[in-house]
Amino acid sequence: MEESVAVAELRETFKSGRTRSVAWRKNQLRALIDLINENEDSIFKALHQDLGKHPVESYRDEVGVILKSASYTLSCLDKWVAPRKSELPWLLFPAKGEVQPEPLGVVLIFASWNFPITLALDPLIGAISAGNTVLLKPSELAPACLSFLIETIPHYLDNKAIKVVGGRVEVAERLLQLKWDKIFFTGSPRVGRLVMAAAARYLTPVTLELGAKCPAIVDILSSPFKTKVAAKRIVGGKWGPCTGQACISIDYLLVEEKFASTLIELLKKYIKRFYGENIKDLKSIARIVNKHNFQRLHNLLKDPNVAASVVYGGSVDEDKLVIEPTILLDPPLDSEIMTEEIFGPLLPIITVKKIEESIDFINSKPNPLVIYAFTEDETFKKRILSETSSGTVTFNDSMIQFLCDTLPFGGVGQSGFGRYHGKYSFDTFSHEKAVLHRGFFPELEPRYPPWTNFKLMFIKLAYKFDYLGLILLMMGLKKS
Amino acid sequence: MKIVSAALFKDCTTSIVGVGLGGIITYRHTYKFNQVRFSGSVRSSCYCCATLSSTMEKAKQTFDVDNAAVLVNELRKTFSSGKTKSYEWRMSQLECISKMIDEKEKEIIDALHEDLSKPELEAFLSEISMTKSSCKLALKELKRWMMPKKVETSMATYPSSAEIVSEPLGVVLVISTWNFPFLLSLDPVIGAIAAGNAVVLKPSEIAPATSSLLARLLGEYMDKSAIRVVEGAIAETSTLLEVKWDKIFFTGGARVGRIVMAAAAKHLTPVTLELGGKCPAVVDSNVDLEVTARRIIAGKWACNNGQACIGVDYIIATKEFAPKLIDALRSVLEEFFGKDPMESKDRSRIVDSFHYKRLINLLDEDKVSDKVVVGGQRNESQLQIAPTILLDVPEDSLIMQEEIFGPLLPIITVEKLEDSFDMINRKPKALAAYLFSDDEQFKTKFVQNISAGGIAINDTVLQLTVLSLPFGGVGESGMGSYHGEFSFDAFSHKKAVLYRSFAGDSPTRYPPYTPAKEKQMKALLSGNLLNIILALLGLI
Repeated sequence: MEESVAVAELRETFKSGRTRSVAWRKNQLRALIDLINENEDSIFKALHQDLGKHPVESYRDEVGVILKSASYTLSCLDKWVAPRKSELPWLLFPAKGEVQPEPLGVVLIFASWNFPITLALDPLIGAISAGNTVLLKPSELAPACLSFLIETIPHYLDNKAIKVVGGRVEVAERLLQLKWDKIFFTGSPRVGRLVMAAAARYLTPVTLELGAKCPAIVDILSSPFKTKVAAKRIVGGKWGPCTGQACISIDYLLVEEKFASTLIELLKKYIKRFYGENIKDLKSIARIVNKHNFQRLHNLLKDPNVAASVVYGGSVDEDKLVIEPTILLDPPLDSEIMTEEIFGPLLPIITVKKIEESIDFINSKPNPLVIYAFTEDETFKKRILSETSSGTVTFNDSMIQFLCDTLPFGGVGQSGFGRYHGKYSFDTFSHEKAVLHRGFFPELEPRYPPWTNFKLMFIKLAYKFDYLGLILLMMGLKKS
Repeated sequence: MKIVSAALFKDCTTSIVGVGLGGIITYRHTYKFNQVRFSGSVRSSCYCCATLSSTMEKAKQTFDVDNAAVLVNELRKTFSSGKTKSYEWRMSQLECISKMIDEKEKEIIDALHEDLSKPELEAFLSEISMTKSSCKLALKELKRWMMPKKVETSMATYPSSAEIVSEPLGVVLVISTWNFPFLLSLDPVIGAIAAGNAVVLKPSEIAPATSSLLARLLGEYMDKSAIRVVEGAIAETSTLLEVKWDKIFFTGGARVGRIVMAAAAKHLTPVTLELGGKCPAVVDSNVDLEVTARRIIAGKWACNNGQACIGVDYIIATKEFAPKLIDALRSVLEEFFGKDPMESKDRSRIVDSFHYKRLINLLDEDKVSDKVVVGGQRNESQLQIAPTILLDVPEDSLIMQEEIFGPLLPIITVEKLEDSFDMINRKPKALAAYLFSDDEQFKTKFVQNISAGGIAINDTVLQLTVLSLPFGGVGESGMGSYHGEFSFDAFSHKKAVLYRSFAGDSPTRYPPYTPAKEKQMKALLSGNLLNIILALLGLI
């Protein structure tokens, strides 16, 4: 089995200690930056081939993200690898306590197809920075990017420590039979369960970056200017990245009834401006990844009650795997488009009588990766924060939290557990080892048997930090 | 640490607590509202089967998946009401725990003595005071822990502000174990409450006195609408594992750890697993021998008689030094436990017959039994084995393959101390690793080359008491950590929050995409202010 040979080599490399050196890690990160810079055009080409992404979209969501992530990690790595001091209780004086991060060992990264470069290389940056060896399994549903990674990575990175493996489900299943020190998975909850169950056999810790329906609450804003900005951000955030095929895409909107039509008009305006009006002539927008997903999305629209709620768009081009940006108004809540994660260019708008009702609506569904809320009402913001649960909450924008390296990126509940980005990537691939240093003096006699009442008294006072009592006890002036 | 419950018959759901001499079988069935205890002497398996099958029916009726689902739903309702999220509620519950420990100290000590013959001072030191410290720290720091943490934002999201908000996960399950049954039940519960969750605690049936005490006391002192105890054995645990939790915190052995994680996978429930492993202690020759011997003994026989996940499992020393170490250990053992250690009341006993037999098996194995250099005495009726040291047992013997979890201490000798690294790294990673040495360079090498949950230099076990250090395993010894603020974090979701304003909306973000926008995008993502200005001015 090829995979087990690869893993054995990764384990040998890890054992040799090479990947622990900070110099090695930095070299790999620099090489990764070179890889991206020297192959930018090939990456744009592959992303266009797999998903129809425009180079600017590809730069913004993939190339630029990796460059930023690698540079940030390089600049912080020395700080991150250093042990962190801990405060110790006086009882143990003199002593030193610290937390020393160390690599977990050999890690497996599964990447998804919608951001095939980012979702492969960003976790890779974390794994390398933490000193691990890595097997990367990009998705076969983005074949041009997969080939690119398989061909290019060995030319830049240490191929005894970082390997890329292609193939379909069978390969993934074989990989999951092997022992790993960590598995990092981006994908659907269904497969996430399988990954975690397989990991349980070897007690392998996992990070699962999954998904769920990410809502955007759109409150009435105080000025037309702000409303326009909100509409732009919704349109740009929904159809800009991979035409809605993103785990953090806005899945549906929640707006007050009386505001819906105004919002819809604005959304239409910006859709036309950004992407064009005619399905034959759409620009700056990706396509659906493959026929299977195209059918799935098309089927969501075929439900007659759903089709009746389309207020903009709805046209499809099966040959080109394109579905135009589509807005729906109040499709039935039990229709599949409102029960499943859409992951495509369809945007239902659900109207409520009062915007505060959004909170209950959101809570009736599984916890999403992100909740977006466009509002200026500080009380409402606080309520959203304390009464809903999601991986992230972003106020007054969409998607952009992805660029913030100081915020942890991950889910909760059905949207997953564990997190990464910035230092969190380093942490997610590390073990934080507690280290306690003690000297031989002084000795605390009451620690040791044979047990006596005196010792019991001593310990009781010590734990209460009753220094006076301790002194009296030791001077024989306190009864034991 | 292991939760072990031997079930004699395939479909029998009661737990066998002990198998004594003369075929006396003691078994116990407990369930939520009542405690039903059966014991009888049996001479034949037929009799046993008939008696057990009638209790089995009762067991099946009392805590099945429906009961578990009802329990979780009740707690979910409480959680959804928001009650457990309030600072006041959390503080009040933590104060109740504190009060409970103060008022019922004697009962706790008695229960620990009944379950493990744990000496009073050891019970106080290792269980009661640790739990109290944990509770006190939470009471003192909770406000700070609950506060959102502001984080910096970069040019990429300018203008914006960001913070990380801690929120409870929801309804959590804490499965505890038998060796420190009080501490290992309440310590995670303290973390869960501090983080604002509703909790179900499943104590170990192998420490039945403590289990029923916890059920009674938590029922008396705590808010029952949010905190519950489910007693029982394998069946009850399996039932609990079928329902959906927002977090499972498990302390026990690797075998059951796997089962817990696999069950959690069905619901995508995050887990913390505090498991075990063979914790080695490497002893250099440049140490203060007496202090070293005392601290090793404190971390072995004075620590639940070796039945501790971070107890010293085995020692590695040089061939030359080993005899001196053995002499020192022998003499300090006498100082601590007297000439006849079997008579000393200052050691816990082996928890039950099953573990006693398991340990005797390890001791009496061929090629192992002749390596005893200290101790070896045993008494089945007292469930006691003397502090026993063995020298150079074969590496493939059972005692060197399994976690010992008892009063047997193998010493393995090596030519040079550096050889210990390979030996340790050949075994699964343990919860702790110890080094006694005065050589700074060697200490550094040890910390760098040995992976374990935690490391202590020149002492044993104490790292557990330092609440500012994370306590948890790696590899086979577990995942996740707790203690102090780490407990709060273990039961929290850290929600990222980004606040953006409507000002400063750059058209660069939006299509149609032009070459100028592409340059601006590159500059913006590079974070370089000069580049951004130049790009916006159209100069690059």
